[in-house]
Amino acid sequence: MNGNDILPALPEIVLLAGACALMITDLFVKDERRAVSFALAQSVLLACAAATTFVLWGTGGRLVYTFHGLFVADVLSHVLKLAAYVSVAAALVYSRRYLLDRGLLKGEFLTLLLFSLLGMMVMMSANSFLSLYLGLELLSLCLYAMVALNRDSAQSVEAAMKYFVLGALASGLLLYGMSMIYGATGTLTITEVAKQVALLSRDSTQHTFLVFGLVFLVAGLAFKLGVVPFHMWIPDVYQGAPTAVTLVIGTAPKLAAFAMAIRLLVNGLLDLAADWQQMLAILAVLSMAIGNLAAIAQTNLKRMLAYSTIAHMGFMLLGLLSGVVGGNWLNAADAYAASMFYVVTYVAMSLGAFGMLLLLSSKGFECEQLEDLKGLNRRSPWTAFIMLVLMFSLAGVPPTAGFYAKLSVLSAVVNAGQVWLAVVAVVFSLIGAFYYLRIVKLMYFDEPKDITPVAGDTEFRVLLSANGMALLVFGILPQPLMTLCFVAIKSL
Amino acid sequence: MKLLTLAIWVPILAGLLVLATGGDKNAPLQRAIALVGAIFGFLVTIPLYTGFNPAQAGMQFVERVSWIPQFNVFYHLGVDGISVLFLLLNAFITVLVVIAGWTVIQSRVAQYMAAFLIMSGLLNGVFSALDGLLFYVFFEATLIPMFVIIGIWGGPNRVYAALKFFLYTLFGSLLMLVALLYLYNKSGGSFAIMDWWKLPLPLGAQLLLFFGLLFAFAVKVPMWPVHTWLPDAHTEAPTGGSVVLAAIMLKLGAYGFVRFTLPILPDASRELAWLMIALSLIAVVYIGLVALVQTDMKRLIAYSSISHMGFVTLGFFIFNSWGVEGALVQMISHGFISAAMFLCVGVMYDRMHSRNIADYGGVVNTMPKFAALMMLFAMANSGLPATSGFVGEFMVIMGAMKANFWVAFAAATTLVFGAAYTLWMYKRVIFGAVANDHVAKLEDLNGRETLVLGLLAFAVLAMGIWPLPFTEVMHASVNELLRHVALPKL
Repeated sequence: MNGNDILPALPEIVLLAGACALMITDLFVKDERRAVSFALAQSVLLACAAATTFVLWGTGGRLVYTFHGLFVADVLSHVLKLAAYVSVAAALVYSRRYLLDRGLLKGEFLTLLLFSLLGMMVMMSANSFLSLYLGLELLSLCLYAMVALNRDSAQSVEAAMKYFVLGALASGLLLYGMSMIYGATGTLTITEVAKQVALLSRDSTQHTFLVFGLVFLVAGLAFKLGVVPFHMWIPDVYQGAPTAVTLVIGTAPKLAAFAMAIRLLVNGLLDLAADWQQMLAILAVLSMAIGNLAAIAQTNLKRMLAYSTIAHMGFMLLGLLSGVVGGNWLNAADAYAASMFYVVTYVAMSLGAFGMLLLLSSKGFECEQLEDLKGLNRRSPWTAFIMLVLMFSLAGVPPTAGFYAKLSVLSAVVNAGQVWLAVVAVVFSLIGAFYYLRIVKLMYFDEPKDITPVAGDTEFRVLLSANGMALLVFGILPQPLMTLCFVAIKSL
Repeated sequence: MKLLTLAIWVPILAGLLVLATGGDKNAPLQRAIALVGAIFGFLVTIPLYTGFNPAQAGMQFVERVSWIPQFNVFYHLGVDGISVLFLLLNAFITVLVVIAGWTVIQSRVAQYMAAFLIMSGLLNGVFSALDGLLFYVFFEATLIPMFVIIGIWGGPNRVYAALKFFLYTLFGSLLMLVALLYLYNKSGGSFAIMDWWKLPLPLGAQLLLFFGLLFAFAVKVPMWPVHTWLPDAHTEAPTGGSVVLAAIMLKLGAYGFVRFTLPILPDASRELAWLMIALSLIAVVYIGLVALVQTDMKRLIAYSSISHMGFVTLGFFIFNSWGVEGALVQMISHGFISAAMFLCVGVMYDRMHSRNIADYGGVVNTMPKFAALMMLFAMANSGLPATSGFVGEFMVIMGAMKANFWVAFAAATTLVFGAAYTLWMYKRVIFGAVANDHVAKLEDLNGRETLVLGLLAFAVLAMGIWPLPFTEVMHASVNELLRHVALPKL
């Protein structure tokens, strides 16, 4: 079991090979034939999905460790990877026209995107601090470069710089925390760490030492998730990056960050749950407060969605912190599955929302101010309806998937006996509802500035419609997705 | 036959069908589909009444299918004597709303009709849901079409009103969600409302839950002091929106009290009955006085609605069968009367584009048919015997008299105030000399308007003269409810 079997890592191998092939192929492709690279990127993703399905089928969903414990293949990692493929594939379709219009659809974008996906996958399957950190850095470095993709835009470059400096700092914090835990436990393998922590945490000196490391781990994690007070980079990066890149940053990496939280906190440090749950509670409440309040003040859509992300990640943490109650983890799987359901739903909503901005942008026009949505219902009722579904889903109003995401998390919080926390969450959700409603108001109640119908490629519009409809369908029949998340968490 | 499923989904599917027909080019087709959908939606609710067994207290026409096993949620529907009438009322009003919007709405017809049809289905869902989460989903989902209706087809200040409406009610509902999750947790993972009826709860928990639910329902009713969204929403909403809002949506809150608060939290209900009675009386008396000074007809009727709904909550919290049945009758009757009053204002507004009482005067000279019908509704609104308005108010006052003389006395003042504000408005608008040129040019009711108001007039009179068909249905269920309320569950 602990051998050198490479089969469980097949998707990563396929992706690496595919990304390298893409990088080389792209050198020989002229700008006007860029569609070849694009198709190649999509087929690599398809191959990865096939590989993941094959591994899932081959292992029968069993927990498999390989590379001497560096790598784990379980249902959680498979499900998250599949979700990441879908998200990246959709991001490609959404951003094609936008990048093409701006001369940014180069091989670099596609290659960086695939390598960042590789980083995410390594994080999702990491069973060691080392592999986790490597995956994280691969992901982050690709994203830094993508933010600066539009080299001529001072705003983009500034955003990339901020992202890089703060990201490096966070990585440093994370590494410092890992080294502390390593110092206490003498191992980097997460499963081994868990065993050691179970023994050590009874000793109060060791416990203090571990908690000291834990603080840094949580800080690093909070940065990657973008929760208050480690959220400063989010609004600037979201606003400064080209919208297509914002779309990438705002979607699949959230899945990876969630995986990282699960691997570090749940797989590794569950015996310190009483300590990290308190930390997460503070982060969660602050994020919901600042995210929702600051979003109201924004006039830039991308910035508003950035603050909304902060609030949503705070809400997601509520599930993670409700798992263990008084040393008892009977309901832990439910709580973590609720968080996972929340993240997956959030990624789908975020994908749709940024996709909408890309759809409404055209050559020489960036749709990024709230005003740009004015009167959308007049211009294109169907597009406006999709956006309506997205906004109500983000606000958590039934019958949309966003409601069940909130419901599952709130249910976990109430089950953990923290009714006050649920009430706080609910109050901030209400505040959040205001700015989502404002968008519906702009689209439906205001007159448009121009009445040109919404353009856009057919496959883009079809996919975006499917994205919106999926939120509605999962809003009416949420069970399949919930079951999937539950099964995934149970596999840990 | 899955009658309740049909009652919910027929209007929703008809609404989606209307939406699918595209832009305003196809307006005649869209209106036709909407009307057929609404009528069909009404027809499928009729067997609910004819097939209903009034002797049986429990739920009838029950459907139960697993929906979200993860949370043990069921698609669980059923009606008892308390809820069955609201489905009929709702389906009936939807038909009228579709007819009333026939020519008035010229822009985005498909969206207008679809919003009302979808809302009608969702409202039927609220009244027939027996699963707490299903109830919540329907309860919340109704906000979306209403928000859009007020915001798109409303008056000048519609955006403010729409946002206020949405945020007020959302806040209430979110607190309710926490309360429902708490009940789910305490009942060992069940969302079935009937299970919660039997769930023992300590008084402290009951009181907290009471306030959690109170806010959601009180905002919807609306009770004083969280009523301020209603006049704004009503004033700015298009006629159809006001009608559905007053006739059906306000009933959701009151229905919540009988379905949730009273049977699930009987001890807290008794403990806090004084508070509820006090708030209800403030609504009845104070809001009645506020209505008196309104200059805008829709605002006046909106305040009158709050005052009448005060009777409903009063009836529930005096815990005897006169009170509860009276409150339920009042809910149905108010559904007819408020719908009629808003339609009357709509008829005038369509011609004059003003809701100001001061812009009118002497309408009887140019619109005699209309004046006669509105006379009937104004009388019903002030609670004249032989109209439906009288029955409910009389029963509630009788019930209150059994509980406490002074409560009954205060409640009875509404007969004075109600008559004062309604008839005074009627006098200023309808009687007197023709006030200006615009009034002189008014045309009397057309066929469609006569049909709509005539149907309502028939309903108001029928219920006033022969209320038995309405009360006999609810009798057994109300007694069952009172039995639950009397049973301490500490």
